Amino acid sequence: MLERVILLLCVLPVLAAQNCRPNAPEGHKVRLSIKTALGDEAYDWNENELFLFQSTMAYAMRRLKGQQFTVSNIVVCNETPRVSFWFVVTSPQDPSQLVPKGEVEEAVRKSRNRINQAFMLSDSTLEFIGILPTLAAPVEPPTPTWLIVFGVVMGLVVAGIFILLMLSSVQKKRKKNKIADEEEEDEDEGTRVQTPENGSTRVDYYNNSFADDERFTHM
Amino acid sequence: MKLKLPNPGVDDRIPSHKDLERMEKEEAGDRPKWDNKVQYLLTCVGFCVGLGNVWRFPYLCQSHGGGAFMIPFLILLVLEGIPLLHLEFAIGQRLRKGSVGVWRSINPYLTGVGIASLLVSFLVGLYYNTIMAWIMWYLFNSFQNPLPWSQCPLNANRTGLLEECERSSTVDYFWYRETLNTSTAIEEAGGLQWWMVLSLVAAWTLLYVCCIRGIETTGKAVYVTSTLPYVVLTIFLIRGLTLKGSTDGIKYLFTPDVKELMNPTTWLDAGAQVFYSFSLAFGGLISFSSYNSVHNNCEMDAVLISIINGCTSVYSATVIYSIIGFRATEKFDECTGNNILKLMNTFNYPEDNITESNYNEVLTHLNQTSPDIIQGLNLQTCDLQFFLSQGVEGTGLAFIVFTEAIIKMPVSPLWAVLFFIMLFCLGLSTMFGSIEGVVAPLQELRVLPKTWPKEVFTGITCFISLGLGLIFALQSGSYWLALFDNFAGSIPLLVIALCEMISVIYIYGVDRFNKDIEFMIGHKPNIFWQVTWRVVSPVIMIFILVFYFVTEVTEAPTYLVWDQKSENFPTLEERAYPSWIYAIIVILAGIPCLCIPFYALFKLIQNKCCKKKKDYRDDTLDTITSKIKMNEQKFKTQHSL
Repeated sequence: MLERVILLLCVLPVLAAQNCRPNAPEGHKVRLSIKTALGDEAYDWNENELFLFQSTMAYAMRRLKGQQFTVSNIVVCNETPRVSFWFVVTSPQDPSQLVPKGEVEEAVRKSRNRINQAFMLSDSTLEFIGILPTLAAPVEPPTPTWLIVFGVVMGLVVAGIFILLMLSSVQKKRKKNKIADEEEEDEDEGTRVQTPENGSTRVDYYNNSFADDERFTHM
Repeated sequence: MKLKLPNPGVDDRIPSHKDLERMEKEEAGDRPKWDNKVQYLLTCVGFCVGLGNVWRFPYLCQSHGGGAFMIPFLILLVLEGIPLLHLEFAIGQRLRKGSVGVWRSINPYLTGVGIASLLVSFLVGLYYNTIMAWIMWYLFNSFQNPLPWSQCPLNANRTGLLEECERSSTVDYFWYRETLNTSTAIEEAGGLQWWMVLSLVAAWTLLYVCCIRGIETTGKAVYVTSTLPYVVLTIFLIRGLTLKGSTDGIKYLFTPDVKELMNPTTWLDAGAQVFYSFSLAFGGLISFSSYNSVHNNCEMDAVLISIINGCTSVYSATVIYSIIGFRATEKFDECTGNNILKLMNTFNYPEDNITESNYNEVLTHLNQTSPDIIQGLNLQTCDLQFFLSQGVEGTGLAFIVFTEAIIKMPVSPLWAVLFFIMLFCLGLSTMFGSIEGVVAPLQELRVLPKTWPKEVFTGITCFISLGLGLIFALQSGSYWLALFDNFAGSIPLLVIALCEMISVIYIYGVDRFNKDIEFMIGHKPNIFWQVTWRVVSPVIMIFILVFYFVTEVTEAPTYLVWDQKSENFPTLEERAYPSWIYAIIVILAGIPCLCIPFYALFKLIQNKCCKKKKDYRDDTLDTITSKIKMNEQKFKTQHSL
């Protein structure tokens, strides 16, 4: 019994190792760009970080399938200094069986945000090769912003035109009244100048007719 | 050259020096006046300094040998620009009329020159304000974060970005698709784009509110529109110099290549740029100068405005190229970054192993060890000079290259708003001159009743221009605009300017002109003016005109098209114009030019038909009414005392 258990324990990792290799049918490649994302605050990639990855993947699988995935169900291989590696997921009930690629993808998509946040990375710096991030649609406000600005500008412009036209017509009326007043004054002055000298209505008539003649020759 | 063509009866048509003195003292309030000298200078500076200073001059400078381009530019500025400017200022100030009135006063047969100016101002104003509409559209869209031209929209099933946008770039897509919604050929008119129509309406109504009472309102508006661009340029210069790569751009702009001076195209382009930059032959400058007082020093004004115009061109070129340098460096870094990432990912090197400094060594090493993998990677060659030379001209500079630079700057909406307000102010102040060049002659031609107020004239001009300008709101609108730009605003202006020079110097008479200037500013124009007016400037104009004409006529005109199906997409494809376009080109370029001889012919026929009787009656009628008017004046002055 004990020998069988020992044998199984020895064989399993080998089996798993056989299943996990670059371009494995049910495997996924992961690439991290920690220095690009975090610059000076980048952490080093070591066994602990790998352990965190395995546990977050197990969490993602648990969330999707409800089965008790553990860290040992996430098998990682082919680590490179780039910080990229391949992983496969084994089923908790039967460690020799691999979880299909599609399910792993689904689990990753569902918990992508949580996985990113665990590592302080983003969709572009923590890449799952082959699993495209769902693109966020550009946010569009209900009324396009430009229409609002256009409305404001047009309102001001139309108000400006209206005010200026009103001012013009008011100014013209004032001018007309002023000229009319001045002409009356001129006529009055004319009569006032003449009447003290002659004091007869003939002079007024003369002045009025002269004023009329003026208007004819004006042309 | 003391050549003078016979020109009888000039003295009857123009106010004498005594009349001018009298008008000056009495301040006959019929003609509008400038509130102060600053308004006049700002208006002229605004008219001259326009979009061409920002997006044509820097391109010419960079493509014709950088710093070496300054030499032909400055030489032609002095020999061509300043004399023509002084001529227009002086003749307007002396004869105190708009362009039609001035040429009619010199000789009624020359009225065609004024009408040609009117037509050219109208046609140019038509398409220039459409560019203003585009600027307003971008301005309206700049009040949001992130800017709409920084993202690609998603395709139909949301799996990726829209194909057209992905193949070109976000800024290209926003310009060609979301702004213009351009068709693939000028024949395919498409429909009116409603957002463009709204922008056009906004542009024309804003112009109307500024021009509504002529220089009364524009004189106030220029305090803002002529000064704000300088403020914004300075802000951009300070911002630009703090960005990485800006000095590369400035170096690229000004690095002299003296060999370019041997190329005649350099001199031709410099001459054309000086000429168009000064907004000569539009008639607007003559109008503006006619509102001056008689003894205003127009010589000083001409020199001052020319200097300001030249300096502004150089200044804005510096600013533009500092920002272009930044953009080129960003693109170069992006390109190298992508290549480095590809290498790192393929060969699994740790991050930071390959940097920009050791990229070349690593690449050569890898090329030796595993050349086939390197081939398969498809690495792009990144060349900073290539990105710098992408600094195009015209609308491409403003709406594609510069907007791309803006989205890479922090706080992009602020820079976008500032940039487009600057472009808007530059264009608006030029439009003031255009409208003046249309309205003043229109009033003088007495096409509409004289009693109608100026508001109606400006309103009708703006309304008709808006109506005709709707052609630019079609899907093929940008192609029509390029057509107008190339043909309506080039050859006719050169012809009109040449006619102006000949009219003033040889028909009006350079002796009379010299005496007028002596009367106005106190001293006779010196030998420089005499030589340039009589010989140098006309010769330069003839050269430019002939070269232009020959280049336009010999090459079959083509235009650039945005076509997704073309092989070189996203590079624009060159396409030949359809045959019916030639008719339109002839109309656009020909009609203003032909106005001049046709009107002279028409006047000749009119005179020959009903010559003797009419002339006699006109003379006697004139003398009687003028005598009565003089008497009325005396009466009024007596009464007011």
